[in-house]
Amino acid sequence: MSSVLVVMEQASGGGWHRISREALAAGRCLAAEMKMPCAAAVLGTADATTTLTVQLAGEGVTVWAVEHPLLEHYTADAFVAALQQLVAETKPAFVVFPHTYQVRDYAPALATRMNDVLVSDVIAMNVSDVEATFTRQWMGGKLSAQYRHVGSGPCLVSVQAGSFKANAANVGPAAIEVRKFAPQLDAAQVRTKPGEPFREAARTVDLGSAQVIVSVGRGIGEQDNLKIVEELASALGAELAASRPICDAGWLPMERQVGSSGQTVAPKVYVAVGISGAIQHLVGMKGARTVIAINKDPDAPIFEVADVAAVGDLFDIVPAVTRALRA
Amino acid sequence: MKIVVAVKQVPERDTPVRVAADGHGVDAGDAWTMNEPDAYALEEALQLKERLGEGEVVVLSAGPERVESTLREALAKGADRALHIVTPEEGAGSLAERDTLGVAQMLAEAVRGESPDLVLTGLQSDDLGAGQTGVVLAELLGLPHVTLVLSVEASAGAKQIRVKRELEDGWFQHLDMPLPALLTIQSGGNRLRYATLMGIKRARSKETKQMEAVTASARHDEVVRVAIPERTRQTEMLTGTADQIAAKLVERLKAEVGI
Repeated sequence: MSSVLVVMEQASGGGWHRISREALAAGRCLAAEMKMPCAAAVLGTADATTTLTVQLAGEGVTVWAVEHPLLEHYTADAFVAALQQLVAETKPAFVVFPHTYQVRDYAPALATRMNDVLVSDVIAMNVSDVEATFTRQWMGGKLSAQYRHVGSGPCLVSVQAGSFKANAANVGPAAIEVRKFAPQLDAAQVRTKPGEPFREAARTVDLGSAQVIVSVGRGIGEQDNLKIVEELASALGAELAASRPICDAGWLPMERQVGSSGQTVAPKVYVAVGISGAIQHLVGMKGARTVIAINKDPDAPIFEVADVAAVGDLFDIVPAVTRALRA
Repeated sequence: MKIVVAVKQVPERDTPVRVAADGHGVDAGDAWTMNEPDAYALEEALQLKERLGEGEVVVLSAGPERVESTLREALAKGADRALHIVTPEEGAGSLAERDTLGVAQMLAEAVRGESPDLVLTGLQSDDLGAGQTGVVLAELLGLPHVTLVLSVEASAGAKQIRVKRELEDGWFQHLDMPLPALLTIQSGGNRLRYATLMGIKRARSKETKQMEAVTASARHDEVVRVAIPERTRQTEMLTGTADQIAAKLVERLKAEVGI
């Protein structure tokens, strides 16, 4: 019978990567609509999968514990080989991944090995009992595109953080059915040698606990212009943050970056200055209670999540706000 | 070290985009530029060649005639020569008619002809943003790959490289891998250079080889519909002069956080 397979990912510090639960919720929803059973796959050593599968009690899914010593540390080569074998064995109609850095590293190769494609970075799905379409963003969020899988193989999708709500309560029986799967892997297949993860330096800015954040994006134009947002932040008693391009250019330190590759924030107020609002940025600030956006482009995707929108020249508006706050 | 850098030409960031007349694509006007993550990949290749003091950087792009301006930009920045896989602007065989696998198959054919030590590309494109082409290309070429690479350590003549990969939440990792290999480059690992006047002059005498695209296979996915996204929140739109907007913003800020 056709089924939905959700490939779960461990967090580096143990437990589940936060998007794994969301991917599982997406997979369960897809399975329910399609009237298919849903299974979750866990990859790792026997010790690791034993600890992790316990945490899936109550999710009401069958768990595939994919176990091999070569799966202890992530490598694309071992993960692709193991999952290709699991898919060949279980023949799912859909394979759902969390859209993590790790998945981005191996899922496209897995799709290619099966002569198929992955629909990546999905933010919504539209499912009937016969068909599913998946929405992803184009042009940094200015357009949304609905995709349908048409190949004969399984449909592979990865879901973006914050797009599907993880199950808050148990939805299935507490008992959990765990099936072991032992892939055939050979150390010679693994071509990359990963080192231990490390941090560059201790983080000195904790944007996560800030109440008010002024965040700046490409619209600021050049480094010298940053002073107008610094002054606004100071007048507001806010932390200064930025979207990735500002940190890439070295105008602000990387630790002030908000987004999928930076910090996740949830302030009372988030003031987005000259930020277009690509999904990679939005996933980092969706938790803000009030979003105020200042941008000259009325079509900027940031306005889709803004509570208050000022369409206009930030070089006029930002200093005017600072003046008004100080008056 | 011979390095092929695959770059994509994408619409300029600030040009207004519309849904194409057929409802399945983008009408992005006629202002085009090099995909920014690919510019970081090109920069990494140029710096690598400079550090090693030897090698060749070949820039590769697929698309219609307009793509040549992006290839010229890469040559002006210092790439040694260019490969242009020519596709129609639209219709059968165009980029829009190919899925990620179909695009990577074209690129793979061109890369095979070069037998490079290293293939670099950006981690994703600014237009479709699938973030897959590099990984799919590696798989088609049978090369090991690492994504989200910030820097590459290599020595002349070595058969191995060490790369620094960005992980999530501010973590990094080094990986050792054999050559040939494919890397997708994360932005921010280096600083982009501008083309100099001398570079632009030199680019004129550099070779751009046009190549025929391999026939497109049927897509494995279909774009059913493209639309302007719906707003998810009730947005209060502020209008007026800068001072009027500022006054309303301050009022709102006071209500929200008691400033």
